[in-house]
Amino acid sequence: MGQFTGTGRLVRLALRRDRIQLPLWILGTALVVFSMKSAVVGQFPTEKDRLGALRAVVDTPAILMFRNSPTGLSDGDMLAFGALTFIAVVVGFMSTLAVVRHTRQNEETGRTEMIGSMAVGRRAPLTAAMIVVTGANLVLAVLSTLALIASDLPTAGSLAFGLGLGAAGLTFAAIAAVAAQIVEGARSANGIAASAIGAAYLLRGVGDAFGEVQPDGYTMTTAWPTWLSPIGWATLMKPYAGNRWWLLVLPVLLFVVLLWLAFALADRRDIGMGMIAARRGPARAVPRLLSPLGLAWRLQRATLIGWAVAFGVFGALIGSVASAASEAFDEGTGAARTLRELGGDGALTDSFYAAMLTMVGGMAAAYVVQAMLRVRAEEAGGRAEATLATGVGRLRWLGSHLVIAVLGAMFLLLFTGLLAGLLAGLNTDDVGGALGDLVPGAVAQMPATLIMIGYVVLVFGLVPRLAGALGWLGLGVAVAFGQFGELLNLPQAVMDISPFSHVPALPVAEATATPLVMLAVVAVLLGGAGVALFRRRDLAL
Amino acid sequence: MTTAISVSGVVKSFGRSRALDGLDLSVDVGEVHGFLGPNGAGKSTTIRVLLGLLRADAGQVSLLGGHPWRDAVALHRRLAYVPGDVNLWPNLTGGEAIDLFGALRGGLDRRRRDELLERFELDPTKKARTYSKGNRQKVAVVAAFASDVELFLLDEPTSGLDPLMEAAFQECVREVKRQGRTILLSSHIFSEVEALCDRVSIIRQGRTVESGTLAELRHLTRTSISVETARPISGLVELPGVHDAEVAGTHAKFEVDSADLDKVLQYLHRFELRALTSSPPSLEELFMRHYSNQGTREELAGV
Ligand SMILES: Nc1ncnc2c1ncn2[C@@H]1O[C@H](COP(=O)(O)OP(=O)(O)OP(=O)(O)O)[C@@H](O)[C@H]1O
Ligand SMILES: [Mg+2]
Repeated sequence: MGQFTGTGRLVRLALRRDRIQLPLWILGTALVVFSMKSAVVGQFPTEKDRLGALRAVVDTPAILMFRNSPTGLSDGDMLAFGALTFIAVVVGFMSTLAVVRHTRQNEETGRTEMIGSMAVGRRAPLTAAMIVVTGANLVLAVLSTLALIASDLPTAGSLAFGLGLGAAGLTFAAIAAVAAQIVEGARSANGIAASAIGAAYLLRGVGDAFGEVQPDGYTMTTAWPTWLSPIGWATLMKPYAGNRWWLLVLPVLLFVVLLWLAFALADRRDIGMGMIAARRGPARAVPRLLSPLGLAWRLQRATLIGWAVAFGVFGALIGSVASAASEAFDEGTGAARTLRELGGDGALTDSFYAAMLTMVGGMAAAYVVQAMLRVRAEEAGGRAEATLATGVGRLRWLGSHLVIAVLGAMFLLLFTGLLAGLLAGLNTDDVGGALGDLVPGAVAQMPATLIMIGYVVLVFGLVPRLAGALGWLGLGVAVAFGQFGELLNLPQAVMDISPFSHVPALPVAEATATPLVMLAVVAVLLGGAGVALFRRRDLAL
Repeated sequence: MTTAISVSGVVKSFGRSRALDGLDLSVDVGEVHGFLGPNGAGKSTTIRVLLGLLRADAGQVSLLGGHPWRDAVALHRRLAYVPGDVNLWPNLTGGEAIDLFGALRGGLDRRRRDELLERFELDPTKKARTYSKGNRQKVAVVAAFASDVELFLLDEPTSGLDPLMEAAFQECVREVKRQGRTILLSSHIFSEVEALCDRVSIIRQGRTVESGTLAELRHLTRTSISVETARPISGLVELPGVHDAEVAGTHAKFEVDSADLDKVLQYLHRFELRALTSSPPSLEELFMRHYSNQGTREELAGV
């Protein structure tokens, strides 16, 4: 029996399992790509609009961080500036989730063991997963290219755009394949892969934020960190502005190397095991563990620590980049002058803070969705059944996880605000001012974050079997509508669905209590309804 | 109070499929009650209803004098549950899981815990994710028997245990029974049921088809008999309680319901018995007949 025997059959099995999920990811992405042109044209109809916008942008690291270095004024340039990095993140998640789903998750649930006992080669499961994901990325690249061509954009640039996306997806798929060999849990593998996507996004963000403005005053060359990022490679290809095809070599090379590494690791380990052997533990439980809250904390601890690291890195970044932003402001460049006229003194730094804090809010939302979905994992895994058959009531059980999600989010926001404020303050010699800007701004994200908690509790109580899918979908909608809504040129009414559209953009905007209180009230209503529903329903095993 | 569990006419549907269809069950305080039925009969569903994890659509359920849904938390402090599929937290050790279940149930006898660990040869320092199926099962069993509770709900507690451990389990059941505690034991292992249970309920397709003491059930079993007589045998086939009879002149082979054994033997006397062999009735055979799909209730009862 060859090492790859049965790969074809496993590919078909994976395609059947994914017959709804993958097409949704791909078509959804292609639709967003297709809708982009009209959004850009709607927002910046004339060259003059674009020139004005980009001139301000090149001096605003906050915007560069989350968009891309501008490459020109054409429709295609504007599109690559506005949307390329964001879509690359989506493609990354599609790829990593699929790889882990068909490798480590199968092992964790024991399916690989069943498969391994049949006529299937050792390398077949990983090979099959990579074939499926490679195929998905190819289809996505082709459909995105066609969607762009259909929007009347130049063919070559559209191809560079599409291939750049597909190549980024493949790179992240290979990263996920390696992660799935190293750790034992699908949850951890997904976590590692998601961190890789986040790091790639941030690296290129820093590269763009510190890029050099060209003599024309509105295009830029990026700084070196962008070159370290698979998402950066897609932007460095400069679709519609040079189409540097040779850059495709980088992702393809990394893909091959990582894939080789994944297979080498897979050959060296046993099915179901990771590279890190499980250690023994205590024979008795410490008293701290022996309550529903203690148990919930134990289960949630690793997640919170992981997020605290991510928030810490991000907060440190905000604090450090802030000085660059204010330097740009001090230099009295044209854009800074414009912004000062518009927003008064300090407006440039403030708008930077506001944009960053919105991102922090999005991250907090992601944290609470992950933390609260833990209750569904406990239920589906049969552990809630065992727990609720003891003297623990449903309210106490769910409440324990709720408490940790709420306090955890509060801690993450405060921590980020304090860290960013402290660093920014040290950089600009105004600690009090920076703290005063950043701490309230971070905490103001809390009510919208609470709504995400309430929402997940609601879907958990109402439709437990769909809670996972609906929870992440809700996060996607909240972040996309709340932070990328303008980019997609969505009507205000649609953007208002996202709780984050209602958060005052501190410190630019006035701190107003009313929307925050309203958000908190809605959050309590959602969560209360969810708890009540959960207490009345059957356990969904 | 002499009734620990009383269930009557309970209905539970999942979508269109009916898992419980008018189920009755009555368990007295202090007895070990066997709960049997083929796969998918509704045993686990019944136990989950008793635990208030599922809500019955119709019917009456009472557990230790309380209502399993409304009084769930108070009742759970007085009972221990071993699920059919033991799922533990992969990162907790077996020892931690046992302590946790004990504490959440309201306390655990430490000496008894350590003694049980030894008896079941379980290493409490291993992470749950590295346990074999049998060892996961032991974690739940140890946690249950180390708790000071009135009622044990055990859903196939010995699936995956080796014969030595099965013996240790039976020993535990006898101990708690001596202390006057009540046990509902769902099982597919007939020898275990025969060895431990005072009474048995057999369910099929969500309905109780048989309930009674083992002695009463034995009454429903059949004895296989082979006879040789001096004169040719006639009229045997028409006798009540006789099944699968093969009569050839002075030879006959047949099965007879234990209840009708005496009458049939008296009838055979008139042909002058020369030789008789019989195979004793086995409960296993009765269970098998209940499990097999063809049998109707009437046929099973031998009417
Ligand atoms: N959550 C559920 N959703 C849908 N159907 C279910 C659910 N739980 C149980 N069932 C169905 O209810 C019926 C009874 O299942 P149950 O698990 O109670 O059987 P059982 O007697 O414990 O079987 P086994 O001996 O295999 O453990 C089965 O047909 C099963 O498919
Ligand atoms: Mg069962």
